[in-house]
Amino acid sequence: MTCQETGLLIHALADGELDLTKSLEMEAHLQDCPTCALAREEIRGLGYLMKDASLRFTPSASFEKRLRSAVRREAKEKPLTQGWWRWAMAAASLAVVVLAVWAVVVILNRPSSDTLVAQEVVSSHVRSLMAQHLMDVPSSDQHTVKPWFDGKLDFSPPVKDLAPQGFELKGGRLDYIDNRPVAALVYQRRQHLINVFVWPAKSSSKSTTQVSVSQGYNLIRWSNSGMEWWAISDLNLAELQQFVQLLQN
Amino acid sequence: MPEQRSAVRFEEVALPHLPAAYNLARWLVRNDQDAEDVVQEAYLRAFRFFEGYRGGESRAWLLTIVRHTCYTWLQRNRARELTDSIDESHEEATADFANPEMRLAQEADAQMVRASLAELPLEFREVMVMRELEELSYKEIATIADLPIGTVMSRLARGRKRLHSLLAARMGVETKGGTA
Repeated sequence: MTCQETGLLIHALADGELDLTKSLEMEAHLQDCPTCALAREEIRGLGYLMKDASLRFTPSASFEKRLRSAVRREAKEKPLTQGWWRWAMAAASLAVVVLAVWAVVVILNRPSSDTLVAQEVVSSHVRSLMAQHLMDVPSSDQHTVKPWFDGKLDFSPPVKDLAPQGFELKGGRLDYIDNRPVAALVYQRRQHLINVFVWPAKSSSKSTTQVSVSQGYNLIRWSNSGMEWWAISDLNLAELQQFVQLLQN
Repeated sequence: MPEQRSAVRFEEVALPHLPAAYNLARWLVRNDQDAEDVVQEAYLRAFRFFEGYRGGESRAWLLTIVRHTCYTWLQRNRARELTDSIDESHEEATADFANPEMRLAQEADAQMVRASLAELPLEFREVMVMRELEELSYKEIATIADLPIGTVMSRLARGRKRLHSLLAARMGVETKGGTA
């Protein structure tokens, strides 16, 4: 990062408006650049000065009183006539009927909890690729990834290394799906990243493997040994299925 | 009485923000009496729009109306201030605070800071007041002033730089005329 680039960002840094990645980059630059470090101190100093100087103007108590009565006066003058009121009642009762019908329709059409989880899985996958927060523990070693989750989750996710079969374990991270913290394992096949989400299943019933497509991503969901599994990737379905079979065995 | 009820609800939502509303208006119109008039007009306007208010960020909602009312007032009464628009090309928004002669933080007093801030052009003054006095986030300022976040950021940078040099100038004067 050069001083040219920091010119504006240094204000955002002093105001606490930068995200973690940018802040770290800036802090690194400030370590090496006394000029920018001093500039930051001056911006902060100016901020303290403005807070200390009690520059705020305070409304008088009498003004607040006058304001209140002005609002009350306005409320009385507002053309809320009797006729208007009758119409409002009629509209309100009509609204109740419409609302009741709407509620029935919504309840009948409510997406199943599976659909909701699938949506969360897709968003989580997309977010992990977008925010450059793919992994908390980057490691291709299953003996590093698995212990990392200890103490962060109330269960121990099964972690397999499938590098010999062409699915390299890249790492893991914590995520949050279906109202609980879950383990996310990241695998890579050529240029395609696969997110695998694991958490303890609510019911122990063994369900079959389900395949679906959402927003262009392939999703496979299954459960075994008391765990709920979801795998998602832009990898083609055949290879993703092969990957899931390797995980299941 | 439905109208009384809505007045009570409006007061619950809007009155807690009166200090912020008054402070912003006072810094924009720069006079106690005018600030009171503008704030009262803004509150009545907000009350009329209140049925359209859908909950959520009530401070930003109210301050948007207050700022708008201030600008309308300035247009009617002090149109020249609005046309004294800032020269966008005049200066670069880079950080050259790091001039050792200009280390002010310990020495400037409240009176000087107040006078220097009042001297800032409107566009800079309002973002400085919202950021430094009201401690609003860039996003809130962007919403209230209807500006892109990038513009908020560059106006703050340039506002700070100007305030800094105004203070420095004022201090130079003060030291020369002082007891030393």
